[in-house]
Amino acid sequence: MTLELTAGDQSMLHGEQGSAAAAAMKILVAFSKAVGARKLLDIAGAHIDGCLYHGQASLDFVEMLIEGGGRVRVPTTLNVGSFDLIHPGLVKMPVSQETPARRLMKAHLELGCQATFTCAPYQTRFRPRFGEQIAWGESNAIVFANSVIGARTNRYGDFIDLCCAMTGRAPAWGLHLSENRRGQVLFELTDAAFEPSDALFVGVGLIIGQRARDRIPVISGLPQPRDEDQLKALGAAAATTGAVALFHAVGITPEAKTPDEALHGLAPEEKIRISRADIHHALARLSSVPDGVQLAAVSLGTPHFSHEEWMRLLPLLREVGPGKGVPIYVNTGRATLTRLQDEGALAGMEAFGLVPVTDTCTYVTSILERLDGVVMTNSGKWAHYAPGNIGVSVAFGDMEDCVRSAAAGRVVRGAP
Amino acid sequence: MKTPARTGTFHLSGSAQGPALVLSQALSFWGGIDVETGDIIDHSHPDLGGNIAGKILVMPSGRGSSSSSSVLAEAIRRGTAPAGIILERPDPILAVGAIVAEFLYEISMPLVVCDMSGIVSGDRIAIGLGEDAQAMVSKL
Repeated sequence: MTLELTAGDQSMLHGEQGSAAAAAMKILVAFSKAVGARKLLDIAGAHIDGCLYHGQASLDFVEMLIEGGGRVRVPTTLNVGSFDLIHPGLVKMPVSQETPARRLMKAHLELGCQATFTCAPYQTRFRPRFGEQIAWGESNAIVFANSVIGARTNRYGDFIDLCCAMTGRAPAWGLHLSENRRGQVLFELTDAAFEPSDALFVGVGLIIGQRARDRIPVISGLPQPRDEDQLKALGAAAATTGAVALFHAVGITPEAKTPDEALHGLAPEEKIRISRADIHHALARLSSVPDGVQLAAVSLGTPHFSHEEWMRLLPLLREVGPGKGVPIYVNTGRATLTRLQDEGALAGMEAFGLVPVTDTCTYVTSILERLDGVVMTNSGKWAHYAPGNIGVSVAFGDMEDCVRSAAAGRVVRGAP
Repeated sequence: MKTPARTGTFHLSGSAQGPALVLSQALSFWGGIDVETGDIIDHSHPDLGGNIAGKILVMPSGRGSSSSSSVLAEAIRRGTAPAGIILERPDPILAVGAIVAEFLYEISMPLVVCDMSGIVSGDRIAIGLGEDAQAMVSKL
């Protein structure tokens, strides 16, 4: 199979538009051949998951592009980094790591990327539109863009997302093409009248991630979500336990008005039933500790808290009134934080133990004061990754349980 | 005794040899691998505690976060990466990590997509270049 390149692609490849564009095109071409694409297509935007410092290789790559006079060619947002640039005291890191971690974030700005530093670029003014071709990194952002918005991206990883941004091109393959967006596995919620609780959406996400493998899941019987944050949590969980880049929820997501539309008129390759017991079992696996144990911290906002989530959290904090004993970390985008500050919404909230975190996330870097205790979260993704990443024990619960547990100083679930 | 080689498709071509480490479940490099040692640190993975450095890593597919490209590239730079990777299903995220590491450091870690049946942990596996740029995977 050959890859056809346009005159513009060829010009970049042969260095006529600078050595950085040439390097980016060279990697993009190698990648496109690896995935079997026949040509490249134009993209309207990119989201770069390259700001987390995973070591020297991350930085070497970006510095190489800067030296070559590189500049992104489409509007490009940045995912979280390893450092909170707005609250520099929060991240505890030896200078030997802090210097390259900060440099990596700044180096991306020198390439013309936007200083969004959020894993939820769909909550910014750069949110793509239905049908737009984009090249996004960050697994939760990818599944949200494809599923909830109906924009089109594959799972682009570090490096290749930047190569797409530097060239304005992406391989014409996978989820960029209509025929590859067909749902293949039908998940049916069988027990009548599931309540649209936050935990339900997390549980469904965990299960479809585990069982869909590399096939596109279609979910039927899912109750109408309260808001798109519940779909965000579902997608993030599915992209954690599996490689889900697109799901269809019948009657909810834009390419699934009917089961037929989601399945492109074909029969599903497999049908899988999801019962209440399945949800319960999937969620129980997220918690490694029993109820009642002492709590060291609460972590919310993975993916980054939306303005709507803040509007649910802040009244809850006032109502329950946790003291400062158990810090409640909330990861959010800097644009969302600025808006809250402009609205005066955060005044006095530190008395409840609230610690807003921007630009990064509590499970990718050392922010938590205490790592020896139990941390409670409402995020399936955080619960899955934090034990391996930062070595904490985790209790999963919904937002209200988390706040009530912070007030009690120990894990309490099933609050009235 | 040498068994007949199987053919596969290269995501990144090259040759490598080493003992197989066969994982029954997909592993996310990000959150799943300690890049300083090559240890598997994903608590939910059945092979928790194993080590990928210098192995021919054999698994059904990649999984999870798109940050796995960087972790693989850094592991290749540090010498804690597998000598080669064999996947049953294509995984462009791992492909990018391998391509970039080769580009930056001129270290080649071949990545092959082929049938993994019959390979068990501990088998000595060789990956080489076959006809028409195909990958040849053989047990030594």
